[in-house]
Amino acid sequence: MAALEIFVNDRKVACESGATVLQACRAAGVNLPTLCHFKGLSEVGACRLCLVELEGSPRLAAACTLHVAPNQRIRTDTERLRRYRRMTVELLFSERNHVCSVCSANGDCELQELGYAVGMDHVRFPFLNPICNLDASKSEFAIDHNRCVLCTRCVRVCAEVEGAHNWDVQGRGFLSRIVSDLNQPWAESTTCTTCGKCIDVCPVGALWPKHKAQGQFEKRPEFVSELIAKRGRGRP
Amino acid sequence: MNVAEWEARAAAARERMAASGTRVCVCSGASCMVSGGDAVLEATEKAVKSAGLEGSARVVKVGCMGTCSQGPLVRLDPDGVVYQKMDASKAGRVIDKHLKNKALLRESLLFAGPAEPGVERPSEHPFYARQLQVVLEHCGRINPEDIDEYLAVGGYRALYKALSSMSPEEVIGEVKMSGLRGRGGAGFPTGLKWETAYRHVADHKYVVCNGDEGDPGAFMDRAVMEGDPQRILEGMAIAAYAVGADRGFIYVRGEFPPLAIRRLGIAIEQARAAGLLGRNILETGFNFDIEIRIGAGAYVCGEETALLISIEGRRGVPRPRPPFPAESGLWGKPTLLNNVETYAGVAPIIERGGEWYSTIGTAKSMGTKVFALAGAINRTGLIEVPMGITLREIIYDIGGGIPGGRRFKAAQTGGPVGGCIPEQYLDVRVDYESLVGLGSMMGSGGLIVMDDTTCMVNLARYFMEFCMDESCGKCVPCRVGTRQMHLLLSRICGGEGTERDLALLEELAPYCREASLCGLGQGAPNTLMSTLRHFRDEYLVHIREKRCPAGECAMAGAPAGVR
Ligand SMILES: Cc1cc2nc3c(=O)[nH]c(=O)nc-3n(C[C@H](O)[C@H](O)[C@H](O)COP(=O)(O)O)c2cc1C
Ligand code: SF4
Ligand code: FES
Repeated sequence: MAALEIFVNDRKVACESGATVLQACRAAGVNLPTLCHFKGLSEVGACRLCLVELEGSPRLAAACTLHVAPNQRIRTDTERLRRYRRMTVELLFSERNHVCSVCSANGDCELQELGYAVGMDHVRFPFLNPICNLDASKSEFAIDHNRCVLCTRCVRVCAEVEGAHNWDVQGRGFLSRIVSDLNQPWAESTTCTTCGKCIDVCPVGALWPKHKAQGQFEKRPEFVSELIAKRGRGRP
Repeated sequence: MNVAEWEARAAAARERMAASGTRVCVCSGASCMVSGGDAVLEATEKAVKSAGLEGSARVVKVGCMGTCSQGPLVRLDPDGVVYQKMDASKAGRVIDKHLKNKALLRESLLFAGPAEPGVERPSEHPFYARQLQVVLEHCGRINPEDIDEYLAVGGYRALYKALSSMSPEEVIGEVKMSGLRGRGGAGFPTGLKWETAYRHVADHKYVVCNGDEGDPGAFMDRAVMEGDPQRILEGMAIAAYAVGADRGFIYVRGEFPPLAIRRLGIAIEQARAAGLLGRNILETGFNFDIEIRIGAGAYVCGEETALLISIEGRRGVPRPRPPFPAESGLWGKPTLLNNVETYAGVAPIIERGGEWYSTIGTAKSMGTKVFALAGAINRTGLIEVPMGITLREIIYDIGGGIPGGRRFKAAQTGGPVGGCIPEQYLDVRVDYESLVGLGSMMGSGGLIVMDDTTCMVNLARYFMEFCMDESCGKCVPCRVGTRQMHLLLSRICGGEGTERDLALLEELAPYCREASLCGLGQGAPNTLMSTLRHFRDEYLVHIREKRCPAGECAMAGAPAGVR
């Protein structure tokens, strides 16, 4: 692949053509918050946390789905972007019922980390308190929709890496829910192989191993990314 | 079918139409059907038969005639006289009086009311006289279920012209010259889009027609699909020739009454049987066929990337662009996607030339636009006007003004993701740029007129609810943002809003517009933002005085006696 140069916050950054702006930024040590992005899985551009300003374009673009182009000029840290990132995190906290103190992922949670990263000291929007189910039918794992942020990592890892496609999204908008097979209890899924990859990629505590109590659960997302890399598939 | 056969068939059809005497055209548009068009059709046929007029009159079912508020409608051609508000017995009287006794049934003439006489020559009435019909020229005049009638009025001449005497580059050049822009909402230059699809080399390419029309109250595309489906097929075939595609899809909203889908199906079958779709079209070696795909009624499936994913059989959810469909669309192949009205405008452009088309309209918005007039307006219906006409002309001259002597307040264009235009801008020229400049947009052609009994805060709440319900749920700003904005707007409408809620709304709106993934989330705050821009005082009265100036919102937090 040919090398090319882009400008990130006025700094020249060398990258490979075909790379995403997110990859170029990270390689150059410019940090961007992400949530739906997961190394090795396809990109969906859904959480909008990695938004950047692109010179010459009136629109903001998600760095994870934007490809580099020669002499592209990117800004990653404007006042507007910082404000919007904080709003995204606030909206995610307001959307469902995130109670860290009883969550098995407490302390190892990407949503929590994002809250610190964007400087969210409180949530200004009304909490929406939706009624969400918890499916603990399966003996090994459980899914608690109160904690789900709809990043669809589980959907993608299950379809793209495990090849099982147990997970998918049902409904739309605010009523979207992750479902097992055709919305059956997880234990009754005929596609789930109990491989546990979804547990490792879930950024929050929505998917967790049942034998772990509050704050005890350590995820191994790198393991899944390494696995994908070793198989020679997926994105770097 | 070769050229000679096709020309002979068109000539025979023309003769047949001329020889059939009076054509009794019964409107089978959606609105007339709802108000009893079926019974009128049956009664008309019976009356013609029992009067023994079968030799000199023929009853034809046609598409929407435009003056929907006066339906069910019957028009007698070639006289051009239109009778309104028909029912079975009145239809019998029309046949008796007009056909047998050669006199007008005055009390049923179009626009006849207690105060005014009906019109004898509808084409001279401002409703029609101020219009310019290009896309709708055959709609309401020919039988949409008979390809011969389409051939008789010159159908497929443009396709033949393109196939026999123009290169794909020349076709694209003509469309570029015409200045035609996408009629599905965004107004992207059609010729440029065709050129992009043409330039991308691939073993297969597709042409897709967006017939998902989901804006509440809009029925422009549906009227064309029901009233002149062959026109769409011809436009798609010309486009396919220009970009090098061999397969086409029409994506139609499944929630529509079955008429549009049925008529498109009949049209495709008849075109295939006539050799105007399929292999070796008009013996020019050009192959192209079209299939119908029926959507399940999600508004977001009108968004182009979601629509294509839905055609592929997957969950209809937008994806980021680029790549644009013209580069990588259906099954990864270059795919040209245009709106129904866009395709329906192609044949006249090829036949009469891009230059002719470009003389209609304004410098940047050329040609004509179809609108569906709805809401607080005397003459609701379907109209086609040259771009650059003023909103006042549309509402007062064509639409006949506001009923009940009430005052015009605002007009919503662009549907739920559009915006409102208040009274002081009634003289705005209707073109893409001017409407955007006022914080609204052209959209696909829905035009809802509101009088002073409409609360603008409630309007914003209503359209926000629509966007919230139709959000696909993929991206956070739209999924949660619309939900929060709807909650805050509901509070204000309910008399429980605070100025802090208003501040939050003003923060969420630009965020949702700029950070959302697709046009739904980006457009969802538009009505909110435009009502805040033009009617901010109404918001403040709701918040500070717990009062709804238009009297539409029931105020929970209002002191006793105040509503
Ligand atoms: C939420 C949403 C809904 C849309 N619905 C429609 C629709 O019903 N019909 C349509 O033609 N275009 C619709 N569009 C616009 C299409 O994405 C696309 O721009 C258009 O069909 C392209 O055709 P055109 O260039 O001929 O206008 C919609 C866009 C969005 C974002
Ligand atoms: S803007 Fe709304 S409809 Fe579009 S991708 Fe985001 S959630 Fe889906
Ligand atoms: S990481 Fe780019 S949109 Fe989520």
